[in-house]
Amino acid sequence: MQDRPTARELLEAVRRFLEDDVVAALDGPARFHARVAANVLAIVGRELEDEEGLLVAEWTRLATLLGRPADAPPERLAALRAAVGEMTDALCARIRRGDADASPFREAVRAAVTASVAEKLAVANPRMAR
Amino acid sequence: MTALAEQLAGWIVRATGESTARVSALRPLAGGASRESWAFDLVHGDGRVDHLVLRRDPAGRTIQGSRRQEFLILRAAAAAGVPVPAVRFCEDDASILGSPFFVMEFVAGETLARRLLRDAEYAPARAALPEQLAAALARIHGMESRDPTLAFLTVPPAGTAPAAAELARWEDIYRAATPDPHPAIELALRWLAPRVPAVAQQRIVHGDFRIGNVIFGPEGLRAVIDWELPHVGDPMEDIGWLCVRSWRFGASAPVGGLCERERFFAAYERAGGVRVDPAAVRWWEVLGNFKWATICIMQARSVLDGVVKSLELASLGRRVVEMEVELMALTED
Repeated sequence: MQDRPTARELLEAVRRFLEDDVVAALDGPARFHARVAANVLAIVGRELEDEEGLLVAEWTRLATLLGRPADAPPERLAALRAAVGEMTDALCARIRRGDADASPFREAVRAAVTASVAEKLAVANPRMAR
Repeated sequence: MTALAEQLAGWIVRATGESTARVSALRPLAGGASRESWAFDLVHGDGRVDHLVLRRDPAGRTIQGSRRQEFLILRAAAAAGVPVPAVRFCEDDASILGSPFFVMEFVAGETLARRLLRDAEYAPARAALPEQLAAALARIHGMESRDPTLAFLTVPPAGTAPAAAELARWEDIYRAATPDPHPAIELALRWLAPRVPAVAQQRIVHGDFRIGNVIFGPEGLRAVIDWELPHVGDPMEDIGWLCVRSWRFGASAPVGGLCERERFFAAYERAGGVRVDPAAVRWWEVLGNFKWATICIMQARSVLDGVVKSLELASLGRRVVEMEVELMALTED
C-alpha cells in the first residue's frame, strides 16, 4: 500500500497543473495539446474511480446474456478484464451470425450493449452522456 | 528567409518567368493533421502582393490522393460555381520542396466550428449558412463527372450501389484496424446491410463536406475546403455526413448544429440539388458514424503500433464510444 497522495490524487494534481498553469503559458498547437493532455488525465481519473465495479457489472450482464453461469466473476482484475474481453468477442460473433436480428435476443442484446456504451461514455465524455 | 521560402520563390520564378517575384511572410497554418498548409505573400516586382497558400504532403509521405488531384478538383469546382479558393500552381516533382505541392489563393476567415456555433459575432453566418451550404453542395453534385481531368475519381464497381461499395470498403477497414471488439458497431453493420439504398444518379461527392471544412466570415460561407476525399457516388452521402452528430460540435440542430434536416433538404432541392431521399440520408448518417468511429480507431491504432507519436491521435480511441452511443440511438427501428 502506497502513501498518500493516492494514484488518483496524483493524477488530479497533474491535471490541474496542466489546465491551470501549462495551458495558460502556451499558445498555438502546444496549448491545444496541453488541453488534450489534461482531458486524457481526467478520463483516466474517472476510469480508476470504479473500474472494478464497472467490470463486474459488465461481466455479469454479458454472462447472463450469453447464458453462462453469472454468479462468480473472476476475482483478480486482469482475469476479469480478460473474461469481459472474451465474452464481448463471443457476443460480436453471435451478432455477426445474425442471432441478434430478431426478438427476443435482439432486445436483450440491445439493452446490454446500450448499458455498456453508456458506462464507457460516462468515463470518456460525461458531458455528452444524456 | 527560410530554405522553404527560398525554394518556393525559386520555383515560382522559374514557373512564371517573373524574375523579380519574391516570397515573404511564409508561416504555417493551423489545422490539418495529415498535411501541411503554409500561408505566404507573393510580392511582384511592381509591388503588387498576392496572398497565397501552399499545400504539401509531409516530407516523404503521400496520403489520401495526390496534391495534383486536389488541385484538379478545386479547379473544376471553381468552374462549376462552388465557392473555393482559386488554384494557381501545381508541382508533382517531390524534389522541389521535399514533397508534391500546389498553391491556391488565401481566403481570409474562420474555420473553427465552435466559434461559428457559439460566438455572437457569427450569428449572421449561422442564419445564412444552411442555404449557402445547400447551394454549394447542389453545385458540387452538379459537376460534370465525365470531365476528363477528373478521371482519377473513384467510381463504384459497375452494377454495385455506391452505398454497398462504401459499406464493404469500410467494414474491411474496420476489421483490419480494430484492436477491440465493438458489439454496438456489429449491431450497426447488421442494420446497414439490409437497408443499402439504391441510387438513380451517381454524382461527384465531396466526401468530407461538413462544418470544420469550410471557411466562413461573420456574414457567412466564403469557401469549401479540404477536397481530399472526392469520388463518384451517391449525393445523399454528403448530406448524411453533414448530419453526423460529431459535426454538430455540441450544438443540437441536426445539420451541422445549424438547422433542422427539412430546412436543409428544401434549400438543397431549391438550389438545383438531386431530389432528397430522407431514408437514404439517414442510412448515410449511420454509415458516417460508423466511418468516423473507424477513423478514430485507425488513428489511435497508428499510435499504438508506434507509427506516429501523438497524444491527440491516441485520445481518439476514447472517442469511439461517442459514435457507438449514437449508432445505438440511430438504429433502434
